[in-house]
Amino acid sequence: MSIVKTDTAAPPAEPKPLQLTRRSMPTWIPWAVAVAAVGVGLLTKAVQGNWALGGFFAGLFYVVVVSLASWQIEDRRRASDRLATSIVYSAFVVAVVPLVSILWYTVQQGWEKLSPEFLSHSMNGVGPRDDKGGIYHAIIGTLEQVGLAGLIAVPLGLLTAIYLVEYGRGRLARTITFFVDVMTGVPSIVAGLFVYAFWILALGFEASGFAGSLALAILMLPTVVRSAEEMLKLVPNELREASLALGVPKWRTVLKVVLPTAIGGIITGVMLSIARVIGETAPLLLLVGLSQSINTDPFSGWQSSIPLFVFDQNHSGSRFAPDRAWAAALTLIIIVMLLNLVARLIARWKAPKAGR
Amino acid sequence: MSTSITPESRDNAQRDSGSRRSPKADQAHGADAKPNKTQVRLGDRVFLGLSRGAGITLLVIMAGIAVFLVVKALDALGDNNGNFLTDSTWVTDGSKPAFGVAGLVGGTVISAGIAMLIAVPVAVGVALFITHYAPRRVAQTLGYIVDLLAAVPSVVFGLWGLVFLSPKLLGLHTWLSDYLGWIPIFDKDETGTTARTLFTCGIILAIMVLPIIAAVTREVFLQVPRAHEEAALALGATRWEMIRTAVLPFGKPGIISASMLGLGRALGETIAVAMVLSSSQEFTYKILDPGGNTIAANIANQFAESNDLGRGALIASGLVLFVLTLLVNGAARVVINRHKEFSGANA
Repeated sequence: MSIVKTDTAAPPAEPKPLQLTRRSMPTWIPWAVAVAAVGVGLLTKAVQGNWALGGFFAGLFYVVVVSLASWQIEDRRRASDRLATSIVYSAFVVAVVPLVSILWYTVQQGWEKLSPEFLSHSMNGVGPRDDKGGIYHAIIGTLEQVGLAGLIAVPLGLLTAIYLVEYGRGRLARTITFFVDVMTGVPSIVAGLFVYAFWILALGFEASGFAGSLALAILMLPTVVRSAEEMLKLVPNELREASLALGVPKWRTVLKVVLPTAIGGIITGVMLSIARVIGETAPLLLLVGLSQSINTDPFSGWQSSIPLFVFDQNHSGSRFAPDRAWAAALTLIIIVMLLNLVARLIARWKAPKAGR
Repeated sequence: MSTSITPESRDNAQRDSGSRRSPKADQAHGADAKPNKTQVRLGDRVFLGLSRGAGITLLVIMAGIAVFLVVKALDALGDNNGNFLTDSTWVTDGSKPAFGVAGLVGGTVISAGIAMLIAVPVAVGVALFITHYAPRRVAQTLGYIVDLLAAVPSVVFGLWGLVFLSPKLLGLHTWLSDYLGWIPIFDKDETGTTARTLFTCGIILAIMVLPIIAAVTREVFLQVPRAHEEAALALGATRWEMIRTAVLPFGKPGIISASMLGLGRALGETIAVAMVLSSSQEFTYKILDPGGNTIAANIANQFAESNDLGRGALIASGLVLFVLTLLVNGAARVVINRHKEFSGANA
């Protein structure tokens, strides 16, 4: 000690060595705090008996302690950086928790009831005391309604997208683009009310699967247009120019060159839009009626659909109804997730090589 | 070099144009082109007609929605004995039908407002996480996971919210009313045993609109000029300071419009609210008490049992919802489009 003292005293002008890096927190501290936070969470769970509360306090403990430690050891700026980092991470966790909870709970509740028998029987003649019945009629209804909606919306949407990308320049194209965007925001129940006012009240048709298809088509249309538009825009202009330069007429260029190039993305968009409308309940509630038995004709008579089935069973008084509702919900989720997964795979597999 | 080539190429060009002007080539060209031209124009005209027709059909549908809703709504409003915009009653049968949407609009706005308060900060956090915090390799996959939340059908949200979530939220309801009850909206009249309230609906709506807000915000954050971010980091900013000074100011219009798109969704969500909310016709601002209703949920709940006038009245309330979402979405789109030009000029 004394030596050091004499040393510094001897050359009095020598400054303290310049420190280029600031003090930073040892890497073990956040880990230690995380372990402590888990402890706090478990403690809360033990006292309050609530996992959500435990998770909340664990997260809060971690965020606060790490920020305070960083403030003490490092400086205010890095403390706020750590605070922001923890908050951003927890935002993601907060967003994923409901997803996991919904999937887990639905699987848990619906798994037992979901069986080949459930998928291959209708609710025809099933009384409130019977633990029988299934969603066969609802599956048929959903497939037919969504299929018809696709038959209407896909050609219409694809042609609109082609118009917007290949032809549209002027005011009409701008108007259409704007209203496609606005149409994305039309609530599904409003689409249902429109079809009810137009198809059933004004034109005098009965409630039927097809009326539901019309509403679903309206809901699909903007999604199809937007995704197809994006995909057509990705097709390199050189391809169009090459084809046109060979003397191929424009419409054949679009059909034979542009569309095949973009087809992967377009299929993806169509599948995603189907996944979106397959779970729609609100418009069907107004338009399809509600049938408990099999009706394969979407143009006459009431039908059912899987989401309607869930809604109906939830209101039903039978003590077996909740199981059926959950099993149908699980079926619906599986269908939607599969559609999403396949759509993503197609998108990845058929993706146009950007940048070349 | 270039000067030596220029005369040659000009020569070539002259020769080319000369040969093209030769009568023989002209004849051949003309003879070929004429039938070909009409053929091309026929196919093209049909195709253009079809595609333009599809676009116009889309406009006609939008116009049709407005027209049919207005016509049917006016029919019903003619028989209304109450004030449609300021009443909260909903009596559509009997000798003196009276209905109004005030309570419904109130409930719709309150539940959507709660959803926004929760969803927007979380969604911005999620978007930041995926664009700036998550490891590059897994970022896209994590984005898909959040998008999957958007794929869950609303009827499943409703079932989950009713059976799983709302009982869990009962404790939170009691806690909020115990400690924050002096704030009017957290005041709780009933020592209720149910959490099927506007507050619970707001939370469920928040979960439902979160993915759309996060997705749009994510796109905007990805457009932030890389140079801005690197400049901030090079000046010694921490990651958070970089985000605060470069990313958030750039992304602000995007966040606003994304939130408005989410708001449009939340306003129009039907089935989840219809299943979860224990509704009443009277307007209530006490979000922790059961009661209140939204336009969309009211339509779903009442439609089956309504007479013709009742359905007309529901159509009228649907028109109000349509106008509300149209305004919100239109405003969002205007902001987005303006922002698109802005970022295009910057890129």
